[in-house]
Amino acid sequence: MRSRTPSGMRLVNLLLSGWTGLVFLFLYLPIVLLVVYSFNASRLAIVWEGFTFRWYEQLWHEFTAHLADERRSALIESMGNSVIIAAATTGLSVLLGTAGGWLLHRYRFPALRTISTLIFIPMIIPEIIMGISLLIFFKTVEMELGFATVIISHVTFCFPFVLVAVQARLAGLDPSLEEAAMDLGATPLKAFWHVMVPYLLPAIISGALMSFTLSMDELIVTYFTRGPKSETLPIKVYGMAKVGLNPLLNTISTVFIVGTAMLVICAELLKGTARRSREPG
Amino acid sequence: MDVMVELKRVTKRFSGTTAVNEVDLTIRAGEFITLLGPSGCGKTTLLRMISGFETPSEGTVLLEGKDVTYEPPYRRDVNQVFQSYALFPHMTVQENIAFGLKMKKVGRAEMDERVRSAIAMVSLAGMEARKPTQLSGGQRQRVALARAIVCRPKVLLLDEPLSALDAKLRHSMQVELKQLQKKLGITFVFVTHDQEEALTMSDRIAVINKGKIEQLGDADAIYHRPKTTFVANFIGQANILHASVVAREARQARVELEGGLTLTTSEELPEGAERVLVSIRPEKVWIEKERGEGDNWFEATIEDELFQGPTDQLRLKTDGGLTLSALVANESSRRTPVHAGDRVWCHLHHDDIVFVHED
Ligand SMILES: Nc1ncnc2c1ncn2[C@@H]1O[C@H](COP(=O)(O)OP(=O)(O)OP(=O)(O)O)[C@@H](O)[C@H]1O
Ligand SMILES: [Mg+2]
Repeated sequence: MRSRTPSGMRLVNLLLSGWTGLVFLFLYLPIVLLVVYSFNASRLAIVWEGFTFRWYEQLWHEFTAHLADERRSALIESMGNSVIIAAATTGLSVLLGTAGGWLLHRYRFPALRTISTLIFIPMIIPEIIMGISLLIFFKTVEMELGFATVIISHVTFCFPFVLVAVQARLAGLDPSLEEAAMDLGATPLKAFWHVMVPYLLPAIISGALMSFTLSMDELIVTYFTRGPKSETLPIKVYGMAKVGLNPLLNTISTVFIVGTAMLVICAELLKGTARRSREPG
Repeated sequence: MDVMVELKRVTKRFSGTTAVNEVDLTIRAGEFITLLGPSGCGKTTLLRMISGFETPSEGTVLLEGKDVTYEPPYRRDVNQVFQSYALFPHMTVQENIAFGLKMKKVGRAEMDERVRSAIAMVSLAGMEARKPTQLSGGQRQRVALARAIVCRPKVLLLDEPLSALDAKLRHSMQVELKQLQKKLGITFVFVTHDQEEALTMSDRIAVINKGKIEQLGDADAIYHRPKTTFVANFIGQANILHASVVAREARQARVELEGGLTLTTSEELPEGAERVLVSIRPEKVWIEKERGEGDNWFEATIEDELFQGPTDQLRLKTDGGLTLSALVANESSRRTPVHAGDRVWCHLHHDDIVFVHED
């Protein structure tokens, strides 16, 4: 059948697709440029002088030298710090978010309603305010700034993501599922481990990946709550960029973008499976 | 006769409502007993006290003579088939069925053997590796059944297990379930609100109303000798009529219905009763063109005729003004073709006039 869209509609569609195209160009062109310039032979980041792997090699050398204790690299060290902080944040967020989501699902008394709203404040509050208030808090309780303070800060805005994912999955839960496990001889603990945990796993993993990425590239809150030895990669990169655009920055950023994109894609794929297996069972 | 489950004056109260009210029930080993009643009458609650998911507010639950009132579900030799099936979505058919044996730490070889035979028993061979989402409703139902029977429970509890299936599948599953129960010899406690299902499947039926057992008996007794108006109305249809006793003899009584209609009954009269209620099934009202032999004949006019497929429902009015409904078989060459407006002779057998209590 021939399309019978009125011409007015066609114009609207044309304008809409044009607009969407522009937005995407605007969003992704800088990223594409950054990736392209990471292969630029020039020392000056914005003049193209030919294709090279040089900066990747340099990054690799710094990495191996640092690991072999030959030459200490502040950049690689900050990378390591970021990974440690992100891993710890993810672990804690998973525990806190899963337990929280489960409790909120299980016991629905009024006070918990308020709590469940409060939990989302760290997700939406401006980061600068989060940073300052956490700093004031750590100073008040006389906690030394360092890994612990950064991790605690990251957990406050990461675990809600796990909690939301777990809660969404639990909303589709057949309440008889746990009873069926107990009916078949599982103690409550075994029922949780053998039935609830596998059921929640897709949500937990997607929440964990989210936490990891969020923690990896967090700048502002970290800026306020870090200690002298807990410099993270984003802070290091920010410091380097202030001094001048360095081709190594493009390289690191590209590695970062690829890593983050992969994690996000994994999270999305898992969300897809979660949705599919939630259909009546 | 071995006793399998015994409920002694069991009561369950939830904030505000009494879901189960002082129920006494003895379930025999190997029988197929059905709990039948309208929605909200307490069937599920009663079942959940046998499985251990609810603790009675009062009373005791005995399993093979042992008090299990406060035992948790995972320590009772009882398994349940849930209405929603409650299959574990992340496990395959095989894993679902093996779950109970895994929890009981049954050895690998024995587990495989028992799972295989359970799968064969519910005809699911070839589907072991599928996930529940890849099964039809009827197949999920079978997995739920296999998952429970593989544990060889002493009692299998089934909470409206067929209500999610379409009529045809429902019928074939009814037959299958009944055969399976006979073969395994496991005690089945079956919950339904479908009276037809209860009548075809059960050895005994407990009719429940408002948390109490109104009547307990086999299908025949429940259908032909209802004890209360509730049972008479809930299972099949019934004409419930007021009557007064006019004469008592050795094994007979004469009662007078509204409009001066006098009938002879053969059922034992409640002691000293003057005013009674009688229940008459519409299909037990015999319709003829001419008066036949014996007593309990009366004339009536057909006021209304309702075509119902295999039967015709007639509304009869006696000369005294009593209204009665009757069912007649709808054959093509009917013995006595009758139509609205016809004058007919009606007959009732002594045994088909049943005394009932008001509930
Ligand atoms: N956990 C509970 N808390 C409060 N009231 C409950 C609870 N469970 C059941 N009830 C109430 O107890 C009564 C009996 O419920 P039950 O589920 O046993 O009925 P049922 O006969 O199984 O009904 P249906 O045929 O609809 O499944 C109902 O009035 C119900 O509202
Ligand atoms: Mg129920």
